[in-house]
Amino acid sequence: MIRDFGITWAHRDQIVHGLVNTVWLSLSAAALAFVLGCLLAIVLMARTRPLAIAGRYFVDTMRCVPFLLFAYLVYYGLPSFGIRFTNYSAGLVALTLYNTAYMAELLRAAWAGLPREMIEAGHAFGFVGLSLFRRIVLPPVIFAAIPMIGNQLIQIIKDSAFLTIIAVPELTHEASSIQATYFVPFAAFVTAVLLYWLLCMVVEVAVAGVGRMAQARR
Amino acid sequence: MNDAAAPPSAEPPVLELRAISKSFGTLEVLSDISLKVARGETVCIVGPSGSGKSTLLRCINWLEKPDSGAVFLSGRRVGMRSGGHVAMSDKELAQIRTRIGMVFQHFALWPHLTVLQNVMEAPLHVQKRPHAEVRETAEALLQKVGLADKREVFPAQLSGGQKQRVGIARALAVQPDLLLFDEPTSALDPELVGEVILVMRELARDGMTMVIVTHEMGFARDAATQVVFIDRGQIVETGTPVQFFSAPATERARQFLQRYATANAATIELQPARAMP
Repeated sequence: MIRDFGITWAHRDQIVHGLVNTVWLSLSAAALAFVLGCLLAIVLMARTRPLAIAGRYFVDTMRCVPFLLFAYLVYYGLPSFGIRFTNYSAGLVALTLYNTAYMAELLRAAWAGLPREMIEAGHAFGFVGLSLFRRIVLPPVIFAAIPMIGNQLIQIIKDSAFLTIIAVPELTHEASSIQATYFVPFAAFVTAVLLYWLLCMVVEVAVAGVGRMAQARR
Repeated sequence: MNDAAAPPSAEPPVLELRAISKSFGTLEVLSDISLKVARGETVCIVGPSGSGKSTLLRCINWLEKPDSGAVFLSGRRVGMRSGGHVAMSDKELAQIRTRIGMVFQHFALWPHLTVLQNVMEAPLHVQKRPHAEVRETAEALLQKVGLADKREVFPAQLSGGQKQRVGIARALAVQPDLLLFDEPTSALDPELVGEVILVMRELARDGMTMVIVTHEMGFARDAATQVVFIDRGQIVETGTPVQFFSAPATERARQFLQRYATANAATIELQPARAMP
């Protein structure tokens, strides 16, 4: 067993490479999903009914499709329509679109939970459109949604492991390739699990820190 | 632009409501309300709960759209243009709203901004006034409401009375032609009402034009230039505070004042120094 971990350690550059990719994928997907999620939340809250309904369909569809299948669809399915991605960008697109639905839904819920008078004060003082959203609505929405955004970030990190099936060179993929070459499944996978755990801890500590700051602003 | 056919020489009233009506479904909350408010007036709107007072106030800056009737701010139609047939765009409406300051029952401060930022927000980002000037005005206003030392604090750390005084400073910061107060002391603990009333009295003395929905009869009696009594969506009686409180013309007003006095008898007994109506 010690030997197995020795082998894994010997290929630490591969593990680190996978870890860096996982971090990059997760962070970029989270950032993109957050921005797109904000836009989609606006659509969900829109007074124009058809628009809100269309947004609602997108969110519900995404939430009902298993992520694994969705990743397959983006990588293997879209080329039938002439849309081709590299493994990495297919993974990023799948992760982003999938989590955009979740981000939008949690932001919408936080938005709907804001005291109405506060937004009304925005209207009363002449804020309209984008400046109303950006200056009056969005900051309290984010502060209220921080714990949920943290949860979603952890979900994204864990979902990124699925991308091994479309050969994205992320952490699970690298661990899997080490174990396949040297047959050290326990050592390789436990190492990966520990690293995922570490990532999630970092997220939790960061969320707790930001959460304390947000507490004063709620 | 000017839909009012006012004689050219006379200054139009700061606020004029013409035959405002409003229903929610089958429930008529406002019916044929007309009112004029001249510069420097303090108009107190009083009446039983659910009589439509707050809805009326919210119709003034178009937070609530009346079903019929017209609102004029210094002679300019609010909410509608082209003779009242076309709704204003959000941008045009915002232009008018920024000339009206509003103070809310539940304060409605922006929780993510400090006290100072709350006061500076609209002047900076709606009115686009220069930062240095806005900051100077905001600090002076916080001084005026007695909260200069709280300017870097977030609203969550303030008491209700302090929040409402920030709310008043925020409303004054846009240098409004008209201030609207929607039951500004109703959400406050009784011992915190005084500090807010004090600021409002000062504004009345300074000649700020104000429309105030309130249950504070003491304030209405002392500070109002005009008292408007609303019941079941209609203006039942309008008069000076002296007329209204000592010799109400209508039976409904008399009953309202009587109920009010009975309900507050205990409080009034505890304050023997305060003059009775």
